This record gives sequence, C-alpha cells and structure tokens, in this order.
Amino acid sequence: MKTLSQKSNEPLAKAPTGIQGLDELTGGGLPRGRPTLVCGSAGCGKTLLAMEFVIRGAVEFGEPGVFMAFEENVEELETNFASLGYDLTELVAQNKLAREFVHGERSEIEETGEYDLEGLFIRLGYAIDSIGAKRVVLDTIETLFSGLSNGAILRAELRRLFRWLKEKGVTAIITGERGDSSLTRYGLEEYVADCVILLDHRIEGQMATRRLRIAKYRGSVHGTSEYPFLIDEGGISILPITSMGLNHEASTERVSSGLPRLDAMMGGKGYYRGSSVLVSGSAGSGKTSLAAHFAEAAAARGERCLWFAFEESPSQIIRNMHSIGIDLGPAVQRETLLIHAERPTVCGLEMHLVTIHKLVKELKPQVVIIDPVSNFASLGSDAEITSMLTRLIDFFKMQQITALFTSLTGGETFLESTAVSVSSLMDTWLLLRDVKNGAEHNRLLHLLKSRGMAHSNQVREFLLTDRGVELREVYTGPSGVLLTGSARATLEAQEKAEALVRELGTDGKKRELERKQHAMEAQIAVLRAEFEVEQAEAMRIIEEAETSAAVLGGNRVQMGRLRQSDAGAARTAAKRDQGQAA
Amino acid sequence: MKTYPPTEAQEVVPAPPIADFWSLRLYIAGQTPKSLTAFANLKRLCEERLRGRYAIEVVDLIEQPRLAKDDQILAIPTLVRRLPPPVRKIIGDLSNTERVIAGMGLHSEPTTSTLEITPEA
Repeated sequence: MKTLSQKSNEPLAKAPTGIQGLDELTGGGLPRGRPTLVCGSAGCGKTLLAMEFVIRGAVEFGEPGVFMAFEENVEELETNFASLGYDLTELVAQNKLAREFVHGERSEIEETGEYDLEGLFIRLGYAIDSIGAKRVVLDTIETLFSGLSNGAILRAELRRLFRWLKEKGVTAIITGERGDSSLTRYGLEEYVADCVILLDHRIEGQMATRRLRIAKYRGSVHGTSEYPFLIDEGGISILPITSMGLNHEASTERVSSGLPRLDAMMGGKGYYRGSSVLVSGSAGSGKTSLAAHFAEAAAARGERCLWFAFEESPSQIIRNMHSIGIDLGPAVQRETLLIHAERPTVCGLEMHLVTIHKLVKELKPQVVIIDPVSNFASLGSDAEITSMLTRLIDFFKMQQITALFTSLTGGETFLESTAVSVSSLMDTWLLLRDVKNGAEHNRLLHLLKSRGMAHSNQVREFLLTDRGVELREVYTGPSGVLLTGSARATLEAQEKAEALVRELGTDGKKRELERKQHAMEAQIAVLRAEFEVEQAEAMRIIEEAETSAAVLGGNRVQMGRLRQSDAGAARTAAKRDQGQAA
Repeated sequence: MKTYPPTEAQEVVPAPPIADFWSLRLYIAGQTPKSLTAFANLKRLCEERLRGRYAIEVVDLIEQPRLAKDDQILAIPTLVRRLPPPVRKIIGDLSNTERVIAGMGLHSEPTTSTLEITPEA
C-alpha cells in the first residue's frame, strides 16, 4: 500500500507496531511521536493490541516502552503479558519495559478543592526517562473519570497530557471504552486527533467476529474497511486483504495432479504452480479422492501440503483414502501433509479467512486443499463468499501456492450458483458429473477450463478403484448417447466380438483366394498339358501330310523316269525321297 | 524526607503515644499556588485540632519522582494520612475544610480551646 507521506516533502514518520497486518493497513505503523486512540467495547482486544505494540516495540524495534494500566492490577497485567509468550521479567530487567499500575478508587479519595494530575505526569515522565521509552500505552485512562469526580479538571488535564506526550515525542496508544453516541465514553477522540482505531466484536448469525477499522489517520492514506482480526497465543493478526492488487507472479512451472491421465489431459504436465483449481461435483462424485491424489503427489515431490477439511476429521480422511489405495498416513507422520479439520460453523467467514492466512503463513505449504469450499455457503451470502474466496485465492497466488478447492454442487443441477461465482476466479475447473444410465450412476470428469494451456476437451469416465482414481475413455453410442459403466463394458465387448468376426472373415477370404489361385494354376497346367498333347498331334499330322506329299511327288518323278524324261535327276531324287520316308 | 517549607515545618514531635499520633504526608510538585494553599490549610487545621500530636512531611515529587509510583500519587496536591490507620488519601488544595475533616476523620478531634486563630478568621 502506498502512503501519501511517501510523496510529500515531509514524510510522516511511522512507528511499526509489528502486529501482523496492522502495519500494512496503516502504511507502516502508527504516527510516530503522536498519540493514537484505540477504542472499542469491553473485551474487543484493546489492551492486547496496546500490549503487543509495546512488547513488539521493545523486542523487535529496539524501542523501550511504558505500559501504564489504570484498570488491571499488577498480577492481571502480568498474566496478560505472559499470555503473549514474552518473558516480562527479562524485558523489565533489561530496562526495555516498564509497567505502571495506577490505582484510583473514588471511594478512597476525598476531593477537597483544586488539584491537577501532576502526580501522573511526574510518574509517567519518570518511567519514560528511566528507560528511555519511545512508546507509551495508557490503558484505559478513562478509568480516571470514575475515580475522580471533577470532570472539568480531568478534561483539562487529559488535554494537557496528550500535548505533553507529543512534546515528549513518544508514540502513544490511549485506549478508550466505546461510548453510546461517541467513539469513546468520555469523548477522548476530541483530544487525540491524529489516529483513531476502532475495534469491534460483533455477533452475526451466532458467530462472533472481531473487526478493526481505522477511523482516522491524519496525513496518511490507510485502509478504510473493516478488517477481521484474530487473537490467539501469538497475539493479534489482521488481514488487510482487500488492499491486495492483481500483481502476483505467474509461474510456468507445472505440478502433477497426481493422476497421469489427468495430467495428459492438460498437456501431459498437470496444473500450473500457484494456480487455483476448482473440483466441483455432486455428493460422492470423488472430489475428495481427486484432492487426495493431488496431496499424495505433492507429498511425493517433497512439498508441504496443508489440507483444510471442513467435513471430515483427519483420521476419517486417511481411512477413506486408504480404502481407494491412497495412503496419506506416512505424509501426515512426516508432517508434509497437515490436515486442519474444523467445522465451518465454528466461526464466521472472515475468521476462517484469518485462520487460513495464519496457518499458511506459519506452515508455508506449497499446496493447499480446501475441502469443501461450498460449506462456507451457510456462513454468508453469495457476495460475501465470493469476496472471501477472491481474497483467499489472491493470497494463495501471492504466495505461489497451488490451491485445490472442492465444491459440492446440487445433485441434478449442472452448475450451481456458488460454483459459478467461484469458477470465474479459478484457473482450472474440473467438473465431476454423475450420469444416470439405465440402473446405474456413473461418474464423468470434464475439464471445463484450464487457463494458459492446451487441454483436452474430451469427457473421461471417472472410476474409483482400489488403486485410486482411474480415468477411462467415454464411449458414444450410435445415437450420440454417452455410454458409461456396464453399458460401456457391453459396447466394449460387442466391439471386440465384431472385430473378431471381421478378423475371421478376412482370413477366409485370403484362403479362398489362395485356393482359387491354386485351382486356376492347376487349370492352367492342365490346359498347358492338353495344349502340348494337341501340339504334338498337330505336328505329327503336318509331318505325315508332308511325307505323303513327298511320296506323291516322288511317284511323279518315277513315272517321269519311266517315261525316260530327265533321267539322271529323277533317279537321285527318288533315292533321297525313299531315305527320308524310311 | 525533606520537609516543606524548610523554616516552619519542623514540627516533628518526638515519640508521642502511637494511638494518638497523626502522621501526615503532603505530596506536592514544586511550589505552586495550589501546593502553598494546601500546606497552609493543612497546617491551620492541624494546629486547631491536633496540636502537639502530629507531624507533616512534605514530599516534592519533582525531587523524588519515584515516590509517585510507590505511593500511587496521581493528583497534586495529595494528602495522605499514614497514621492512625487506615491510610487515607485526600486530594486538592484542602480549601474545603468540611471535606478535609471528613476525609481525615477529624470529627472526633475537638477544636483546641487554646487555639488563637479560628478557621474563619
């Protein structure tokens, strides 16, 4: 967040509080050297905020602090401080912290004329000077109004006190009880004009949520919304979530979904790291199983996975996943898989967000699973849930965490409203559909969208086997109807049979052809033989004919010789003819 | 403890009976008009009712700031009745005599007849 002060010539110095989120919200901390008013009703965390400011100042920022309590006694103060996990005696011994307890009961004090609060000034001044304090907390100075009856004197003295604090140059927090018509019961906001922080502890729908708002911060830009905050053993955490922009780095690294077949549908590599994946589907469609595969794959890569379970207990998840052959036990033991199970109704929507933030910051997972996100629906309106999830997704993206959300959709409705509002925020959307076919329900997996990658547009049949999830091709019947389950199996068998028949058919044809060829060749051989016989016969006839012709010719020559014509020649020719015929 | 004003406030009476001895401490912060008024009022009242049985110790917090914490002093001036017990605190310049008497528990202490100056004088 940018502050105006960064642009102006004289930057407004700020004292970081060290409180998670508050410094982001205020653009660096509280106005340095000035008093800040923190007000709210009883039990909203004023004292804790002030206390954390002083302790963190002393421990983290090297600024000693004075904590002056008007309400609690030393023991109570001690207990409260100790609850933050800091060694107070150590801090006091090192002169980093001074605790002051101011006690004043009206019944014990008789007022007999003019007075001022110089004693308080001297006391505070002495405490500040003795440890060189840079931070001061007055908690809750309004208590003086109940101890002292002269309001006019008190007001004048408080005004003087705040001016004096400014002159001292200490960064101060003054806490005040919330009034009915004004910010504080005694109008302290009139005197402390630089920065006013309001704390609130509201109950909506039986769920209490703490909220913080910066009502005023003179000379500085600040977040103006109400921000939920959490109080736990680590102190206060505030989420200035809405101040985040869309400027996260987009990774090109891919992480496996845990299912090679699903990875194949996404170009063979899986999801992008830091992307958000929505798995929506009807009850029992296998959303958690898909999530478990993803968690298992993350564990196998040596990454840490944080699983927020809003329906099942950790042991139930482990048992159920074991039944489909996914063993999450070892990962849980190695603490690479952390299951945080909580009923969604334990706290409000914002509180869940804060819890998730806190755990993610603490455990630094690479993969987060939220199962199921649709359970938040009971905690707020659609708009609230969308806003919460937007902030959640943004947060995950900032941290480069790959997040998988499961979402339960209504049985028959194809796209449920929550799913729609959420889906636009998601990078990858897997839809698990239940398809009724004959007498069975079968599951189908659609990869509806997957930003920034080529992905399969085909529907896959989704099977839960004892070896985990399996994805199968889906058959389309003759009339374009999807066939799944036993229908698909039937069709598969049918196709196999047909193929067999076809195979048999071709073989027969081949053999017949061969046989025909053989037959043909045999016929050719016969014909050839016949031909040869005929040929031989023909040759013989021709020879005979020639012989007989020659014989006839010879006879004519003989007759000529006998007639004494050409006598010599005829004799020779007759002889040759006789030899040939023999 | 330093007494104030230095010249007049040496009224520490040696070892009187414990039950009837009044030990008073007046916290001030510098010689402000309010402080001076308070001391004058206190002195007068003590002379009136507790002559010879009281000691006033004046503590200037500017010189001994630590005592502001130790004795839980908030308002200035503050008068603390240390003896007789219980400890009582009265704040202000002690100009409202009625309230001072009530606050200090001086009702039972009669006005000394030998006193020359009356409060009203």
